Amino acid sequence: MGSKAGLGRGPRAEVAIRELTLADTAYPAALRTIPDPPSPLYVRGALRDEDRTAVAIVGSRRASAYGLAVAEWLGRELASCGVTVVSGLARGIDAAAHRGALQGGGRTIAVMGCGVDVIYPPEHRRLMAEIIEAGAVVSEFPPGTPPLRHQFPRRNRLISGLTLGVVVVEGREQSGAVITADHALDQGREVFAVPGGIFDETSRAPHRLLQQGARLVARVEDILEELGLAALRPPTGAAPAAALAGIEAAVYAQLSLRPQHPDALALRCRLSVAEVNRALSVLEVRGLARAFPGQRYVRATVEG
Amino acid sequence: MAMLARVRSAAVLGLQAYGVDVEVDVAAGLPAFAIVGLPDAAVQEAKERVRAAIRNGHYELPPRKITINLAPADVRKAGPAFDLAMAIGILAATGQIRPCNLDGTMLLGELSLDGGLRAVTGTLAIAMAARDRGGAIIVPERNAPEAALVEGVAVYPATSLAQVVEHIEGRALITPFQRPPASGTAPEAGEHDFSEVRGQGHARRAMEIAAAGGHNVLLIGPPGSGKTMLARCLPTILPPLTWDEAIEVARIYSVAGLLPGGTGPMRTRPFRSPHHTTSTAAMVGGGAGARPGEITLAHRGVLFLDELPEFHRDVLEVLRQPLEDRVVTVARAQLTVTFPAAFMLVGAMNPCPCGYRGDDGATCLCTPSQVARYLSRLSGPLLDRIDLHVEVPRVLPADLTSAPAGESSAAIRDRVQRARATQQARFGGTLSCNAEMTPRHLRRQCRLGEDEKAFLRGAIARLGLSARAYHRMLRLARTIADLEGSDGIIVAHLAEAIQYRVFDRMQRLRG
Repeated sequence: MGSKAGLGRGPRAEVAIRELTLADTAYPAALRTIPDPPSPLYVRGALRDEDRTAVAIVGSRRASAYGLAVAEWLGRELASCGVTVVSGLARGIDAAAHRGALQGGGRTIAVMGCGVDVIYPPEHRRLMAEIIEAGAVVSEFPPGTPPLRHQFPRRNRLISGLTLGVVVVEGREQSGAVITADHALDQGREVFAVPGGIFDETSRAPHRLLQQGARLVARVEDILEELGLAALRPPTGAAPAAALAGIEAAVYAQLSLRPQHPDALALRCRLSVAEVNRALSVLEVRGLARAFPGQRYVRATVEG
Repeated sequence: MAMLARVRSAAVLGLQAYGVDVEVDVAAGLPAFAIVGLPDAAVQEAKERVRAAIRNGHYELPPRKITINLAPADVRKAGPAFDLAMAIGILAATGQIRPCNLDGTMLLGELSLDGGLRAVTGTLAIAMAARDRGGAIIVPERNAPEAALVEGVAVYPATSLAQVVEHIEGRALITPFQRPPASGTAPEAGEHDFSEVRGQGHARRAMEIAAAGGHNVLLIGPPGSGKTMLARCLPTILPPLTWDEAIEVARIYSVAGLLPGGTGPMRTRPFRSPHHTTSTAAMVGGGAGARPGEITLAHRGVLFLDELPEFHRDVLEVLRQPLEDRVVTVARAQLTVTFPAAFMLVGAMNPCPCGYRGDDGATCLCTPSQVARYLSRLSGPLLDRIDLHVEVPRVLPADLTSAPAGESSAAIRDRVQRARATQQARFGGTLSCNAEMTPRHLRRQCRLGEDEKAFLRGAIARLGLSARAYHRMLRLARTIADLEGSDGIIVAHLAEAIQYRVFDRMQRLRG
C-alpha cells in the first residue's frame, strides 16, 4: 500500500487535531475493551456517544463492481438506520462504504494507517473532508506519519475495535480484510461476510470466513438482528422513485444492485438504447442511479 | 542528324505534379551515358533499363557521349517514371525516329528490359498537370483508367516502347482511353456491414451519432468486445464520397501507389488502421520523398488506432495539429509539403492494463494505480479532440446467438445522410459537420432553454463533469438533435450526450 516513502510527504493541511488519551472521558469506550488500546488517539472531526453503535465495512482495494455496489448499499442502509460506518478510507470497498454512509446521511469514521493530516490515497481528499464533516478521521499514528506498509495491519485492529461487528465484503485469500476479521474475533466482535460468485477471486476471503462460521449477509437486517439492533429497521418511507414516470420509471424498475449495462437494460425494458441512456442520465443526476466501470448501472435510493 | 531532343514528362512532389523536361544530347566523344538534374538511385538505374529496352526493340544505342538533363535541375527526381521519356529522347536525338505529334504530350512509364511499359505512381496527379497545360499524356495501359478520371486531357494507353514510337511517328495512332460512365453513387457492398454486429446497441448508437456529426470516437472495452469490427463498419454508414472527394482520394492513393487497378475511383470512404508501432513519419507523412502518411491516406475516411495507449507518445502528439487543421504540413530540409488530412479518428483501448475492468465474466487484477497510469498515457489535449467515449462490453457467446441481427449499414446511412444534410443547410458551407463547431458556433447554434441549463448544472455538480466537457457535450447534443430532426436541443439530447463522456468522469472509470 504505502511502500513509497515519498507519499508521506504528500499534502498536509493545517488542521485541528485532538489527542485523546485513555484518561479522557471522550475516549471511545469500545477501544478501552481491546487488548492494546492506542493512547493517544488522534482525531479530526468529532467522536460522539452514538458511535458506540458502529459496524465496520471492509474489503479489498481491487474490488469488483458488485463489491463496490454492495459496500455502498450497506454503508447507506446502515447509516440511514443510525449505525456509524467504520472503514479505512482505502480505495475500493472502503471508499464505497464511506460514500454510502454519507449518502445515507449518517455518521462514518475513517481509521487511517498514517497521520490524520496526511491525505492518503491522495484522490480521496474530498471524501476525507466530507467524512470529517459527518464523523471523524482517527489514527494512532502521530500527525505527519507517512503511509507505510507495515502500519496498515496494525491499524486494522482499530477498525474492528471501534465496532460491534465487521462486515467483509470482498477480499482475496490473504487480504487485509482477513486480518481485520481475525482482530474482530480476538476482540470478541461479530464477523459478517457477503457472499459472491464461487469462481470470483475477489470473494475468496468472505467465503472462507463463511465456512469458518461468519454470519452471512444478504439483507441489512441480517446485521442488525445479530447485533441486537433489530429496532433500527431501515426506514421504509415513500420510495423516491414515486416521482418518476414513463421511461425513467421503467428503467428505474429494472435497476438493482447487480451492475447492468445499458444494452442489457434496453433488452429488459424493451426500449431503445438511446431512450435507456437518456433515462439513466436523468436518474443519475437525481441520485437514483450510479455508474460503475464499464458503464454498468446500479440503483441508488437517495434523492438529494 | 539531330543531336538534341526534348521530351516532356512529369513528376510528383507531395501530391502536386510538376512538368519535367527530359533533354537528351548526343555528342561525339568517348562513349558515355550521364543523367543530370538531381536524379536519385532509381533514376540512375534507368540507364540500364533504357539501354536494354532500346536494344531489344531493335533500335541502336550508338557509342557516343549521351547526356540527359532533367529540368528543372534543382528539384530532386525520384522513381522510374522517366524511363519512357528518356528512351524516346535518345531515339529522337540519334535520328532513329522522327516524332511528328509529340508537341505538349507528356510521356510517362517505367520500361522493362524487353521494351514493355510498367505502371507508375502518381499518374492521376500528373494527368491534372497535363490538363492544365492543355495537352495529352501517354501512360502505361494500367494507369490509363486513373489518368482518364481527369477531364479535358487526352490519355493514350500504351503497352510498349514500340507502340509509343508507332504513335508518335504517326504510323499507328493509339485510340485515346475513354472513361466508362460513372457508376451509381451507392458504395459497393463491402465485407463489413452493421447487420453483422450482434447486440452492442449502445456502441451501434454511438457510431451512428459519430458518423452523423463527424465526431471522433474512443472505444473502451475488454479484449473480444468487437471494437475493431465496430470501427471497420464505420465507413459503411458514412455518406458515400462525392465525385470530387473520390478524385481527391484517388489522387492520394495514386501517389502512394495504392490505387487498386480496375475502373473508377473508390466510392466507399477509406479505412486505415496502422499498427501501434508506426513511426511518426509513417503516420503524418514525410521521409526523403515526402510521401503521404496514414492520416492522409485516411483523408475523407476513418483512421483507426487500435490499442491507442500503446502508440508512441510523440506519434499521438503529432496527431493533435492535423485533427484541428484538417491538413498536415511536412517540412524537410529540401522541401515543405502540405497534405490533406480530414479524417475521423477512431481509437480503441482496453479499460485497464489487463483488459477486464468492469467486465461481467472476468476479474480484473489491476491495482488502481496501474489503471490510473494506463489511462494517463492519453494526453488531455488528445482526449479533448475526441467527442465520444464509448464503453463497449464483451459480448458473451450466449448473447451472440440470441441477440437479434442488427440493422443494416444502408438503413443507418440514410439517417446519417439526413442529419448531415441538416448540418450543411445550417452552416451554409462554412463548416462541414457539427464536430467542427467552435465555442463561438456553439453559442449561436446551441441555445439552451431554462430546463436544459438546470439539467446541465445538476449534471456538472452531481457527476463531477469538467467544464471542458461542456462544449463537447453540446456538440454531441446538437448531432443527436439533428438525427431526430429537432431544431432545438432538449434535456433528452443532453442526457444522452452525457453517456458518451466517460473520460470526464475519471472517478467512475477508476472505480
